[in-house]
Amino acid sequence: MTAHDHHAHSLPSRRGLLTMGAGVSLAYLGGGAAFGQAASTKKKLVVIICRGAMDGLSVSPPVGDPGYAALRGGLAIRPDATLKLDSTFGLHPALKATYALAQGGQARIAPTVAIPERIRSHFEAQDLLESGGARLYGATTGWLNRTLAALGPTHPMKALSIGPQEPLILRGPIQADSWSPGGRVGASTTRIATTLQDLYKADTLLGPALAAGLAVEAQADVLNGGTPLKGNDAKAFADTAARFLIADGGPSIAVLNVDGFDTHANQGAETGLLANRLGLLDQVIDGLHRGMGAAWNDTVVIVATEFGRTARVNGTGGTDHGTASTLILAGGALKPGGMIGDWPTLAEAKLFENRDLAPTLDIRSVFKGVLGDHLGVDRRALDAKVFLDSSAAAAVQGLVRA
Amino acid sequence: MPRTDTALNASIAATRFGMGARPGEIALATSDPQGWLQAQIRPEGADAYPGMTKEEAGQAIQNFRFAVRDMKSEAAMKPTAISNDQGAGPPSPGAMPTMAGGAMMAGAAPMNGMMAGAPGQMAGPEGMRPNGKPALSDIQMQRQALYQPVAQEAQREILGRAQLAASTDASFRERWALFWSNHFTTAGKNQEMRLLSPVFEREAIRPHVFGRFETLLIASSTHPGMLAYLDQQQSVGPGSVQIQRAAMRQGPRAKAGLNENLAREIMELHTVGADGGYSQADVTEFARALTGWGIAAGQPIDGPIPIGSAVFRDVRHEPGARTVMTRQYGQAGSEQARAVLIDLAARPQTAHRLCLKIAAHFVSDTPDPALVAKLEAAWKRSDGDLSQVALALVRAPESWVPPMRKLKTPYELVVSSYRAAGAQPANVQREVMGPLTSLGQRPFDAPQPNGWSDQAMVWAAPDAVVKRLFWAQSFAGAYAPQGDILAAANEALGARLAPVTATALSRAESRPEAYALLIMSPEFQRR
Repeated sequence: MTAHDHHAHSLPSRRGLLTMGAGVSLAYLGGGAAFGQAASTKKKLVVIICRGAMDGLSVSPPVGDPGYAALRGGLAIRPDATLKLDSTFGLHPALKATYALAQGGQARIAPTVAIPERIRSHFEAQDLLESGGARLYGATTGWLNRTLAALGPTHPMKALSIGPQEPLILRGPIQADSWSPGGRVGASTTRIATTLQDLYKADTLLGPALAAGLAVEAQADVLNGGTPLKGNDAKAFADTAARFLIADGGPSIAVLNVDGFDTHANQGAETGLLANRLGLLDQVIDGLHRGMGAAWNDTVVIVATEFGRTARVNGTGGTDHGTASTLILAGGALKPGGMIGDWPTLAEAKLFENRDLAPTLDIRSVFKGVLGDHLGVDRRALDAKVFLDSSAAAAVQGLVRA
Repeated sequence: MPRTDTALNASIAATRFGMGARPGEIALATSDPQGWLQAQIRPEGADAYPGMTKEEAGQAIQNFRFAVRDMKSEAAMKPTAISNDQGAGPPSPGAMPTMAGGAMMAGAAPMNGMMAGAPGQMAGPEGMRPNGKPALSDIQMQRQALYQPVAQEAQREILGRAQLAASTDASFRERWALFWSNHFTTAGKNQEMRLLSPVFEREAIRPHVFGRFETLLIASSTHPGMLAYLDQQQSVGPGSVQIQRAAMRQGPRAKAGLNENLAREIMELHTVGADGGYSQADVTEFARALTGWGIAAGQPIDGPIPIGSAVFRDVRHEPGARTVMTRQYGQAGSEQARAVLIDLAARPQTAHRLCLKIAAHFVSDTPDPALVAKLEAAWKRSDGDLSQVALALVRAPESWVPPMRKLKTPYELVVSSYRAAGAQPANVQREVMGPLTSLGQRPFDAPQPNGWSDQAMVWAAPDAVVKRLFWAQSFAGAYAPQGDILAAANEALGARLAPVTATALSRAESRPEAYALLIMSPEFQRR
């Protein structure tokens, strides 16, 4: 035994958790067709929130844009590595399953979406993305919760979330339960944890540790259905989500979270940090596709992030907080089509604040298009209640098969 | 001690100095919190709970080894069955072989309850095979069966220790003992150590924690528990009589020699510290001085010394004078290492390092230098009398300053929760071993000779905090008191209970939820 051996603690380590903490979690809401509701409840909607600001310019690299390679430098995805969608856009090589769906008309991109306010704080931007307000703090409930309210009275809705806290996008008067595959994070744990996070406000050690730990625990539980977690088994996770959705009386709406997109350093290009996260995302999409089975034809998956990243590479091989990013739509219920929105190009003069990809499409317009055509939510409700004061952000038409 | 708020100081006395308040304890301490602690300091040392002696443990270990050896040799001759004629126990897997069979040495002391326990019940660490491991061979199963009594005895120790901590009226004394036990870490790296670590704590640590540090250091360094844990029993002087003889017989291939582990750890961990001013040459010289110390094993060389006792064998000792940290040691035999230990104990680096460690353990990971200076002054004034250091700790106003910066270690958390509930654990596996394994601090199982960290950071990894929450819920489910939960919170935390926590407790949905919240509250987690 020598001095340096003593540092090899076998305690729960932060490093061990980082791997898993770069995780995925699931929440869902909404009843099924148990009481013979309108046909719309057969429809399934899955929203995947990619937290940390996912870099749209790598998700759907505009390799055909003359400014792309120069702006992106070492982060640029090589044209020959890109999974080509059209003459301008492709998909990141890690998004193989998503690309296969796209080739069959079951995945599309909206490469320039943004939330209605220009915010560069993750948390504020996520709040706005999920609350569906026109301004930050314009709404305290989530737009998916209001969506269910707008769909009208149904049987008592069973809402469910997995994770230490219900994501804002689901929060609201329609009550949520917690679900725990391992029987660990039950409703009681969630209640205690919520109170504790209040009590731990002044405790800079316990507060963040509890929040991070619960997220990991929830992920572990979901991923493994109660048995020991094997790494980042995103497919198993998505499979669990799909099983929930297609179960009798299962929810019509589920929310999944994939985090770890805050790539300030060593972002990588065809491979590397971001590629790994996109690979995970791709597995989730693939897992949903396979797990849903026949119900995939009634499914729309929305992949959204709070904002994009800077168009130029920063000094540490990464990108900083930007503005517009890519939204992905997938699902058997989609109407085949090309990219959604207008492309502003990456010409220097077109960059937002001379640093970010400029937004050309309000992200709410896409959400509204899906909610209206897929779930049958009334247009006036979408403009006024689901997305408050959003009539200026008109729903994108023609996203979903008739 | 700040004289302004005896109510707050009483709760600090019970939670920061002690192992957490039992109902009524804070009220008892309120009239004189400092005096309440002072009264726990006593020359006869810490409390002890019943368990084996080192001789009983040594005998049990030897019996186990003989039985395993016999079983193996029988198995080699008769692959399908294992004979019991050498005391290895009946062959059927369900029957319990006894450790007091044919291998029992004459004169061996009876073993406390070693033969009690459920046959075939795989209770010990050896018995727990995670799923997915290949099925055990017959030999392995037999070996496990033979090990059961050892495992059960080790568990009895762990339970007894937890019950003492949960129930004692002198929990400052217990914390002080646990501090020193952790300072002189021995741990269950193998079957022998699982049995010996608790014995070591009971015999080498507990009696001496309010004596002179020198006495404690010598007791620790020459106890079979430490000798086995840090490999001293394998260390032989290269120029010793034994090696000379072996060389005569076997030539230069004779495979025995110096093991520096104990010498190094005594210097690096137990006394002056890594920056204490010693060199590799000093370690080697000290290791040479320590040669000869070992554990009696019933060999002729040890004469009547009982198996399991520490023994000094001159034939293994490296002859000649030694130089350690510039001092000459010309003593013969065991006196040589003893003289080095006495000097190491008296070094100012030792006093400083340990006073810093005490202050960091009790008060803050980054303690007030004024507090450390006071402890150091007491240490020097009294030639390392630990009762004087404990007294200085209790008397220093710096020891009583809020806020509560220390995070309870898992052991402290579990013990203090039982104390708050006015209860004691009864089921060692379910209530002590299981939770503490999950929380990362299985008793007598520190991963390294430097013992468990008591730094808040180490125990506040995200996963660890969640595991605390899970445990708190299950504990609350079993032990939440029936009466007023706020009253229980006041008994546990006294004036430290914050209004916001009290409000949260009163709003909880159920009594178990409120109690889990209490255990997870920052006031309860911190001390």
